[in-house]
Amino acid sequence: MSYPPIPAGAFPPMDLPSYGSTHKRHPDQPPVRIPHTLTETSAPRFTPAAYPAHADMSRHNGRAAMGERIILAGRITDEDGRPQPGVMLEVWQANAAGRYHHARDQHDAPLDPNFSGQARVFTDAEGHWSLTTIRPGAYPWRNHHNAWRPVHVHFGLHGAGFAQRLITQMYFPGDPLLELDPIYQGVPAGARERLIAKFDLDVTKPEYALGYRFDMVLRGRLATPMENPT
Amino acid sequence: MSLPTASQTAGPYWHLIDFPEWADLTRAGGPNAGVAGERIILTGTVTDGDGAPCADAMIELWQAGPDGAYEAGFHGFGRCATDEAGRFRFATLKPGPVPGPGNSLQAPHITLAIFARGLMHHLTTRAYFAAEPLNEADPILALVPEARRGTLLAQPVAPGHWNLDIRLQGADETVFLDI
Ligand SMILES: [Fe+3]
Repeated sequence: MSYPPIPAGAFPPMDLPSYGSTHKRHPDQPPVRIPHTLTETSAPRFTPAAYPAHADMSRHNGRAAMGERIILAGRITDEDGRPQPGVMLEVWQANAAGRYHHARDQHDAPLDPNFSGQARVFTDAEGHWSLTTIRPGAYPWRNHHNAWRPVHVHFGLHGAGFAQRLITQMYFPGDPLLELDPIYQGVPAGARERLIAKFDLDVTKPEYALGYRFDMVLRGRLATPMENPT
Repeated sequence: MSLPTASQTAGPYWHLIDFPEWADLTRAGGPNAGVAGERIILTGTVTDGDGAPCADAMIELWQAGPDGAYEAGFHGFGRCATDEAGRFRFATLKPGPVPGPGNSLQAPHITLAIFARGLMHHLTTRAYFAAEPLNEADPILALVPEARRGTLLAQPVAPGHWNLDIRLQGADETVFLDI
């Protein structure tokens, strides 16, 4: 069992001249391609019993966070369209004012004591997940003059193989900052648009919250093993 | 067929998903409490192309148990934030040899994944144990140019304490693996 290489055009380059933090952190040498072994095709087993799920960031200690409550939902499949059950999603984001509950975030925007900005959910047997949160705010960063990150939510995915491990960001439709953002624009055209969630009336709950759909695709495994077992 | 979803940087605020106890896989009350094996400490420092410490990196650890099996009685996952000096520190049990391609046997190794601001995709490397006889026949180490193989060898710094520094760029750059 193995996973084929990441197809060209799917991932951003490590060296992104428009994103200053990549300059001294991207390796100069190409990575060494290795055949997948048990080390890469197995993965940590995360279960809600050992890693409790909490799917509602709109409340903290029983009190409602400030801002626009929204529902995010989606399905995780692989490159061949197979649903990915049991994926653990770790989710984190800024609050409605664009401030992270984080010691190093010094943006002059208010913290919300009722917003922790962190959730953990699992996909069901069909690959579906959902959570409730607050629409985050845009925030400034120091990458270039007057740089602001588009509104986004960070997602970390743990699949069935360590080679599938993925951290990505979800964006919102119609955000004027998208065309100015080096991190979003660093993803090749055709792939980057898929990082934008879609407003979805079926995810929206009447008298409660707007809903957005964000589907994600993990690497698919090769049907034929790379090495013949003996 | 559809393309895999694009990777994006974890950014500087990923600590919202940091649970510092995950850096100790042997912790009391944790998933491996009571599992027998050789307890080891694995430390290292993450530096950039200027040799400056990366103080906001997330290191994930993935390994087999002392018996060489994955997720069969030993939960081999850990996570650690680098500190102001770029250092990480895991406590775990030394993994056993793991079956490799064909009839081969992989030397005991720990996979490390590095996430950080400025990394558009996480980097993957392995920590092997210096002077381990099985290293000589390890099928993955054999794919790494000999001159750079040392960047994958954790060195003993005290009994039960191994260290492997990670250099993201430049001279003595760590060998990263395309998995
Ligand atoms: Fe962010």
